[in-house]
Amino acid sequence: MPAVIQHSWFMTQRHLRALLRQPAWIVVTLVQPVMWLLLFGALFKSIVNLPGFGSDNYADFLTPGIVVMTALFSAGWAGMGILQDYERGILDRFLVTPSSRVSLLAGPLVQQSIVTVVQSLIIIGLGLAVAGASFPGGVPGALVTIVAAILLGMAIGALSNALALVVRKEETVIAVVTSLTLPLSFLSGTFMNLALAPAWISDVAKFNPLQWAVVASREALTSNDVDWGVVTSRLGLLALLLVACFAVATRAFRAYQRAA
Amino acid sequence: MNAAIEAEGLIKTYPGDVRALNGVSFSVPAGTIFGLLGPNGAGKSTTVKILTTLAAADSGTARVAGLDVVREPVAVRRAIGVVGQKNAVDGAATGRENLLLQGRLYGLSGRDLRAHVDDLLERFTLADAADRFVRGYSGGMQRRLDVALGLVARPQVLFLDEPTTGLDPEVRVAMWGEISTLARDEGLTILLTTHYLEEADQLASQLAIFDRGEIVAEGSPEQLKAELRGDAINVELDSEGGSSAVEAALARVDGVREVVLEGRMLRARADQGARAVPAVLAALETEGVSVAAVTVARASLDDVYLRHTGRTFAAADAGHNGNGDGHVDGGSPASDAPEPETTKTGGR
Repeated sequence: MPAVIQHSWFMTQRHLRALLRQPAWIVVTLVQPVMWLLLFGALFKSIVNLPGFGSDNYADFLTPGIVVMTALFSAGWAGMGILQDYERGILDRFLVTPSSRVSLLAGPLVQQSIVTVVQSLIIIGLGLAVAGASFPGGVPGALVTIVAAILLGMAIGALSNALALVVRKEETVIAVVTSLTLPLSFLSGTFMNLALAPAWISDVAKFNPLQWAVVASREALTSNDVDWGVVTSRLGLLALLLVACFAVATRAFRAYQRAA
Repeated sequence: MNAAIEAEGLIKTYPGDVRALNGVSFSVPAGTIFGLLGPNGAGKSTTVKILTTLAAADSGTARVAGLDVVREPVAVRRAIGVVGQKNAVDGAATGRENLLLQGRLYGLSGRDLRAHVDDLLERFTLADAADRFVRGYSGGMQRRLDVALGLVARPQVLFLDEPTTGLDPEVRVAMWGEISTLARDEGLTILLTTHYLEEADQLASQLAIFDRGEIVAEGSPEQLKAELRGDAINVELDSEGGSSAVEAALARVDGVREVVLEGRMLRARADQGARAVPAVLAALETEGVSVAAVTVARASLDDVYLRHTGRTFAAADAGHNGNGDGHVDGGSPASDAPEPETTKTGGR
């Protein structure tokens, strides 16, 4: 097996094990999406009665958006992990071994994707069982939703790592992440049909990766007659974004090594 | 003997025109402990970073285990073990897991790796704690695990960057024992950086003294001390404000040389320290300077440092203002001056 895959898996295991040893943390990461889905969803239940909303159950509409938004929110913090390794000297310890450099970036992202799969399944399950959603897209729709969440999460995670390697300060990462994730959510169709939103918001949303993931997952999960062109084009955009973000992260990593 | 490490004309400048290394060259024979001694910011850690492929020099060449660090970095990484300044251990994993992961990154696996890890745990007296989370380890245990991590790949050359900074004195002495054992029993070449003079004196067979990015002296601790003829006379004045006139007056005393005044401390050397003391005190009295204490001591590395840099080690360490080593490690500078061996006069 090539070293890059092997070493990435070692790093994935390392981070996965650390997470599994803090089961409370898994619950914490689910608190927010559950709030959005169950509380926000209940509060705005009647929004579907707006003429032109185009859906008759807000839970159907909201659930796929919450899945991908949750992936975005957790991924934003990816940089904190690499920053902690940097501060403790663990990153340099790995760098003086013959370890694959890419694996140091890829390993944590794979771990994060595994977490995303679990979170997504739980949120979809809650949507069905508690919020009263129904998903005509069935298993293929759920798969598309999870793939969209993974692609978006890995892309944002890679960017977060790049940021952390460049600024090397927790405060800066926290400031950037908190000031970007919520606006990204409001500048997308996560909570609202953009046909009813101001034109400038729906214009901006066209360039918002979260919106690409929302469109793909909502189409695949909730549409009675899935337009696979819409789904694959958005997934394709997300895949391209991931490639670009990973390239940025690798460059940031090289710059970090040069600056040593 | 083959050189395990060869550095030639290393120059490194950090952004902001900070010259961290200004032409550093040295050579370490295989199987020896070589010490880089100097205050914080002198360039020791930068040298280690270059030799361990973590940083690139602006110019100059370096070979470790016969391999060029720039052209063959991966081969160099396979040949070395590195123990950095921080306890670079993963607190969320157990000691055993830390060691296993490290071994796997070198391509070790299976029963061989497991047995080797067991050996290391045993040797660094971590066997009982092997399956506990590292975040619960004491500082000394974390440091031992850190050293064990550096040895997982059975390196030819081991880099120890400030291995005992921040450790309790007893733990430090135990660590010294472990380090000398490594060099003696395994034929490892060890490059050690330290700002503890006593540590360099105890462990290293050869030393390079760093000051402001340059090597100012090199040799065995004994050679370096032998170059300083005679004893050190340290005079503590009652108050600051001694002038160059005081220095000059002292320098005129027969057999006294290398007079340096630093705050309240007046330091000088004399062939026969104890015999020079009365004349020194008389000269100071003539100058109207009152004396709190006088000590006479055999040459220590502190004196070596003073002689080559014109300042005491403690002053250099305290006065470090970030000249490029890229770290501040809060460890208190230690002057580690040996106990006075000849006389101590509370003269006045």
